[in-house]
Amino acid sequence: MGAIYIMWLRELKRYFRSKAQIVVSLGQPTLYLLALGFGFGPVFAKAGAGNYIQFMAPGVVGMTVLFSSIFSGMAMLWDRQFGFLKETLVAPVPRLHIILGRTLGGATVASLQGLLMLIVCLIAGFRPVHQHAVGTAAQHNWLALPVAGIFIAMIAIVFAALGSSVGSTIKDMQGFQVLMNFLVMPIFFLSGALYPLKGHSGVFSWITRADPLTYGIDGLRGVLIGNWQFSYGAQFNFALDLGLLAALAAIFLGSSAWLFSRIEV
Amino acid sequence: MIRVENLTRTFGEFTAVKDITFQVDAGEIFAFLGPNGAGKTTTIKMLTTLLRPTAGRIHLDGFDPWVKQREARQRFGIVFQDPSLDGEQTAYENMELHGVLYHIAKRVRVERIELLLRQFELWERRSDYVKTFSGGMKRRLEIARGFLHTPKILFLDEPTLGLDPQSRNQLWTHVKAINEREKTTVFLTTHYMDEADRVAHRIAIMDHGAIVAMGTSAELKAKTNTESLEAAFLALTGTSLRDEGASSADNLRRFAQMWQQKR
Repeated sequence: MGAIYIMWLRELKRYFRSKAQIVVSLGQPTLYLLALGFGFGPVFAKAGAGNYIQFMAPGVVGMTVLFSSIFSGMAMLWDRQFGFLKETLVAPVPRLHIILGRTLGGATVASLQGLLMLIVCLIAGFRPVHQHAVGTAAQHNWLALPVAGIFIAMIAIVFAALGSSVGSTIKDMQGFQVLMNFLVMPIFFLSGALYPLKGHSGVFSWITRADPLTYGIDGLRGVLIGNWQFSYGAQFNFALDLGLLAALAAIFLGSSAWLFSRIEV
Repeated sequence: MIRVENLTRTFGEFTAVKDITFQVDAGEIFAFLGPNGAGKTTTIKMLTTLLRPTAGRIHLDGFDPWVKQREARQRFGIVFQDPSLDGEQTAYENMELHGVLYHIAKRVRVERIELLLRQFELWERRSDYVKTFSGGMKRRLEIARGFLHTPKILFLDEPTLGLDPQSRNQLWTHVKAINEREKTTVFLTTHYMDEADRVAHRIAIMDHGAIVAMGTSAELKAKTNTESLEAAFLALTGTSLRDEGASSADNLRRFAQMWQQKR
């Protein structure tokens, strides 16, 4: 257990020591929130879909968590580069403990980033709301924030584990760029973070449903503003999203452990 | 302490290590010499569980590192050819992390970290980030770290590469001192003949993946009828240059350096 803890602690230390990084990495999602939120706001409202900032906020929180967690896993590339990885590869502890500590550390950091982004959204005017019944006025619902925390943590674990799997596999910068363009960006853009997935059909709809982040964003948006993307009803959606994320977390954690155990240098 | 029988490793068509057999006794300082690409690092990687041998047997303090991996890993320390420190943590934190990974009890850990950091003259700098250290200081820290869990065997893969004569001299003085105090078996590779001559009890010379000679420095000189170890080395391995292509790891390292400077 000591190994898991010390590797987890290392991720947290790195996070708190690079204060500039904390602020900088909130810059991009904030830009999305403000530029797209206010830019598309009038069009969105005219289409009868309501306030776009309200809609976007859960999306950019999910975006923050996605990027932060997947990069924490890929940071293994740098440890490979600067040699520290080898120190952990020859240690007399199961490699499972090493990768678990790293992944959970990355997920913790990503969750903290997600919570910070949620605060930025609140400052920008976002309010968690709940509609008791169709036709009634929406009411502020501050209790949604801790529940949103569950989804933030789940997204963080899923993608930190995916990042760790990828980080155990790729060995150079070119691979990193390819993954950035063909994995991370599609996951983000196809997740419904920026637009509603309701009303789509056919191939596009299936692609978005194959995107793990879709369920994270759906969960966040459902909890925070009562807007569930799939028309099965809130209760079912909540369980579906959480269940799928948990299953994916297990799969990706398993794959990262297996890939990490096979590293030779 | 180390027993290797018929060890072989091939990469595709290429045989990096060809059927080598040797033994290192407890408390001995054993040097592996050889030109670039002779197979020294490949051998160390196989001994330290980082690379699976194609054939042959290894015993470290009685444990086969591919059967009893954790037991074997607990028994050796290693200083790699390239740095393996965490630059974003302090010297003390690097030691602490190592201590936890090697299951050293807190009380012992605290004592031993101080002892080693003082011995390697890094105690005053213990709270500084490793990224601010000079090459020599980083090396000293790595060697101190390698000794932290009182390993029975310490592997040193070209530990003095790129260091000035003062640092090299000091480093070997420390290693010899600990070897005598703690009876640690030391297995080292180097390109500096004078170092091997000075510190090693026995020397093996490797070329093209095979061991071409083994013995004390005096024995090797006598065998080749030469005055110095360097002359003996050249007599055994020839004077032609060895080509070694830049590996992808080398290229990546250069890229990282560029990237760091840009920041």
